[in-house]
Order: sequence, then structure tokens, then C-alpha cells
Amino acid sequence: MTTTETKTEVIETDVLVIGGGTGGPMAAIKAKEKNPALRVVLMEKANVKRSGAICMGMDGLNNAVIPGYATPEQYVKEITVANDGIVHQKAVMAYAEGSYPMIRALDALGVKFEKDGSGEYNVRKVHHMGTYVLPMPEGHHVKKILYRQLRRLRVDVTNRYMATRLLTARDGRVAGAIGVNTRSGEFLVVRAKAVILACGAAGRLGLPASGYLFGTYENAANCGDGYAMAFHAGAELANLECFQINPLIKDYNGPACAYVTGPFGGYTANNRGQRFIECDYWSGQMMLEFWRELQSGTGPVFLKLDHLAEETISEIETILHSNERPSRGRFHERRGTNYRHRMIEMHISEIGLCSGHSASGVWVNERAETTVAGLYAAGDMASVPHNYMLGAFVNGGIAGETAAGYCAETALPDYDAAAVAAEQERVLAPTRRDDGLTPYEMEFKARRLVNDYIQPPKITAKYHIAQERLAEVRDDLKELVARDPHELMRALELQSILDCADLAAAASLYRTESRWGLYHLRVDYPETDNDNWFCHTMHFKDSQGRIAHRKQPIDPYIVPVAADEMSAYHHLRIKTPVAAE
Amino acid sequence: MPLANHTTSVPVVVDDEKCIAHKGCRVCVDVCPLDVLAIDEQKGTAYMKYDECWYCMPCEVDCPTGAVKVNIPYLLR
Repeated sequence: MTTTETKTEVIETDVLVIGGGTGGPMAAIKAKEKNPALRVVLMEKANVKRSGAICMGMDGLNNAVIPGYATPEQYVKEITVANDGIVHQKAVMAYAEGSYPMIRALDALGVKFEKDGSGEYNVRKVHHMGTYVLPMPEGHHVKKILYRQLRRLRVDVTNRYMATRLLTARDGRVAGAIGVNTRSGEFLVVRAKAVILACGAAGRLGLPASGYLFGTYENAANCGDGYAMAFHAGAELANLECFQINPLIKDYNGPACAYVTGPFGGYTANNRGQRFIECDYWSGQMMLEFWRELQSGTGPVFLKLDHLAEETISEIETILHSNERPSRGRFHERRGTNYRHRMIEMHISEIGLCSGHSASGVWVNERAETTVAGLYAAGDMASVPHNYMLGAFVNGGIAGETAAGYCAETALPDYDAAAVAAEQERVLAPTRRDDGLTPYEMEFKARRLVNDYIQPPKITAKYHIAQERLAEVRDDLKELVARDPHELMRALELQSILDCADLAAAASLYRTESRWGLYHLRVDYPETDNDNWFCHTMHFKDSQGRIAHRKQPIDPYIVPVAADEMSAYHHLRIKTPVAAE
Repeated sequence: MPLANHTTSVPVVVDDEKCIAHKGCRVCVDVCPLDVLAIDEQKGTAYMKYDECWYCMPCEVDCPTGAVKVNIPYLLR
């Protein structure tokens, strides 16, 4: 790729939303609904029609708070307990209160949820304490519905532009972002009053056991760009040591157990077909028991459905093979595995950063505000724990409304033209070389190091080796080469991955205790230390550009949790395994 | 360092007989979240240019003529 002249277009808007998956479109929609006169630009690395974690839809809501089944207070308590007390309850409450209105709004737009004969939502129990799971057997059309609404409200969509850095004004507030076209290499500078980050998880951090770089649990486009951009813009990131690790089908990156098959009677079993955990809901404690079982004499772990009736299995297959990860049926077909005949081997996923499933994200409060003025975040990359798809919608909506309000009292900030020029140089550096190291080999090496040294169990001395080796990879960036705009996108993604790996390592070393089950299992600090670490950890860039840390006290709970309730998720292992029914 | 050409099998297969890229169709290329499909201008058909597949299937599901088939990548088959 030879670039003699850099093409740069500069546009102005009120709200810039970065990321067109789940939370991003809803942020744009709610900003427009709040003030139709606002100019809203949605910048997406892929194409909004089919981008993000739900590009093929979703099979259900994992955390629906529906009157008659659960109250917002119950939900806040459940998530507080599931996340070992480290939650900003006001943000969880804002989600819980927005949950039902959002379900109604999505329903009105045409999203189909499972209802019983009388038209009531058919909510199922999966969590340890409450009832929150609402199936969406026809949930494959969610993106189409969002896209239609974006067109209706006249949101300006720029597809195939990858945002690389946020722009900030002299006083530190956000001033827009710079993006590069992944097909032409042209730059787009978007000046904005407010920016909403909704770039998904940092899902391309660990390497899947198959070694296939793009076989990640998360949509492989979600590689941590949002985390990196927030960090470099001066925002604080919270609890990054609370990794995402998921139970999946072995070698296939689709979930299968708790939310879909659980309500039908399927469960996670050991090699004897016995249950070993009381509750399949994805928590760090559940993952710890899963991990222990994997390497025990009764491991590995399986998804058990072969005891169910034919019609039940057919129904499960219809849901699993047509929503979210529909190539699953093809995987089983080729392997010759069938839910009817025997149990299906499961395994744990590679590690990632993600608040959607755990609690590692850019810090936001109950108004989706980050610590940078004018900058908001939502979805998997923002710090509201366990918030899943519905959380991305609700918190995206909150971000859109808050940003719209902020725009009303803000003038378009100036931006630093020198910063744009410097960023263009950073972006284009790999294109100035004719040979060197490819993004693929550098990414493979970085992520292999993540598996070798950073994935739990976390051992301090191994973490120090990780930091040394990752620093060597970072040093190799001066040899990184990209021969076309597509490779340039991968080269930039590699740099986001490296930033997230460094943040994951530094955050994990900072918290010298164990918490959240497997997610932060520091084997040389095996106990939970509430005296010193009952707090959020905040990770940010200091004036020398290094990763710095501080403790943030937990706001007084608005929903009290009794001490005996707090340990509910610590007794997930079944005392005496029962025989399979 | 000089670069080598590394070859792999690709998971997405396009049926040239059914593909209507020569009529201007770009659906599969447009919808791919990882931007790994491209048009062979000489043949007038779509093909998988980069082996970077999430086997998510919008390319296959959205193809108006049923020309695209997504297979599971060999490494995890």
C-alpha cells in the first residue's frame, strides 16, 4: 500500500456514535427521539445492517426485568451478589428500571419475544435467585428492525470507517474522533459535541483453543477498539481484571447451556452425566466450578440433552440453529454429534474483557457518562455488569438521551489539528514499509502470550513474564507492515489488542486478592480481601502515558443486601452429585 | 523481513453459476462483519479473499440467489 497523499474529509455533527451493533444504534435512535433536530452520525467499522455481536440476531433476553416475574430491586440484588458486591448499584438500577420499557419499545418496533397463549411474556428461570430469561425463538431479525428505525429517524451512517482515536479539546473534553476507511484508507475527521462509544467487547484477546484467530466467542470485529480509544482519551476503565470467560461447545464458539437449554431441562454435566453445579447462570463462581470439573477425574464437561423428549430437542435445535450462531448445526453435522444420541463436549472460552457478561469496562455512571466530559459509553464495553443484549439497548438509550441533553448546552469544541496529523502518521506507519512483520503473526503471538501467561489461574511471576514479552511485541510495531487498507485495519486492531492485553495484565496485578471465581483467581493471593479490596479498581493513562491505577469506593447500596445473601453464589457446587434423571 | 505467501483453505464458498456479482450485486461483500469477501472483477463473481471468518452467515442468508455457502473453518471442524 503506497500512500503519497493522505485524503482527509472533515465533517461536523452534534452526536457521534461509534459502533453500529446493538447499543450504538439504540443510542442514535434515542438521541434523535429526544431531539429530532440533532445531527447524529453513526460510525461503523463494518456495515450497520449486519454488524456486532447480534449480527445474526439473538435467541433470548438473559436479564429481562418484567413486572410479575421480577422487580428492579430483586434484579439489582441478584447482580450485586453475582458480582461479589463490586457494583455501582445506581447504574444497575437504571438498567433494571429501563428494562421493561425497552422490551415494550422493541416489541412495538416488531422484535418478537416468546409469549404464552394469553399474550403474556413467557419468562423462564435460569439465575440462582430470580426469574429473568425471555426467549426470542424468532430473534434473528433484530438488526433489520434497528436498521429500519435508523433510516426512519435519518441517522447518518458511515459504514466501513474504523475509528482509531478520539479527539479532545484543550480542556480535556471530547471533541470528536478520527476514522480511517477500511477499503480506501481515506480519513474522516468527525467533529462532535458528544461522542458515544459502543464498540463491543475486547473479544480478540485470548486465542481460541483451535488456534483460529477469528474463532472467538465475541464477533471477531469486537477486538477492544473502544477500550483502547477511551484509555488514550484519558477515560478511566473499571475492574478490567474481572475477565470474561464463557462456557461453550468445545471448538465451536456458541453458547448452549444456561439460557436456551436450561429452561427446557438441559444442563451442564460431568463425564458421568451428573450435574455438578446448582445453577448454570454465567458467573465467575460458576466458571470456577466448571474449570475445576474440566481437569478433575470426572471431567471434561458436557451439555446434556439426550434425556429430553424428541419434540423438546427439536425445539432447542430450531432456536440454536437459526439465531445468534446459526452455523452451530453445521458444526455438529460435520462432527457427527447429535443432541439426541449423546452428551456434547463443552469447554471454556478464551479470555476477553466484557461487561456484558462479567464486569470489565470503561467506567460509566447511571447516566452512561464516562470520566471524560462529553464522552459516553454503552454495551459490552461499558462498566455496567452482566448487562447482555438488553443492557446494551437500555444503556445505549440512556447514553443517547444524556448526550442529547449535553449537546443542548455545549458549543462545538475546537480540536487539535496537530493531534490529527500525529494520529494519521501512527495509523499510516505500517503502510510506509515494503516488508516487515504482518499483523497476523504479531496478533497470533500477542494472543498466544495472553493464553500462556494472562488467562487464569493468575500467577504473579507469570504476569511479569507476560509484561516483558508483550513489551517485546510492542517494540516490534516499528516493523509492522500493511500492504492494503484491509491489512491496515488488522494492523490497527492488533494495536487495540496489545493495549487491552497490557491493561488486563496491569489491572490483574493491581488487585492483590482473589474475587469473582475464575475471572480473577490470583493463586498467590487466594483469599477475597474485603478489608482492602471491596472497591472498584480504576485504570487510566497517566501524564507519562503509562497505565496507572486507583481505588474507587463503592457507592452506598440503594438496595441493601444481607451478609448471608451475599454468599449465595459461593455455594454453586452440588454437595453430593445426584444421578442423571 | 521479506514476506511469504501463506495459503489456507477458505470456509466460504461461492457458486459461480449462481452468483450475480456481474450484474452489480454486492450483498455478501456488504454484509460481512469482517470484510473478508471481495469481487473477482475478471470473473464477475464474489469470493472469499481473506481467511478471517467468524462463520456467522449473513453472507449466505442475505444472498439473493443462494450462491454462498459458509463452512466451518478446518481448524475447528
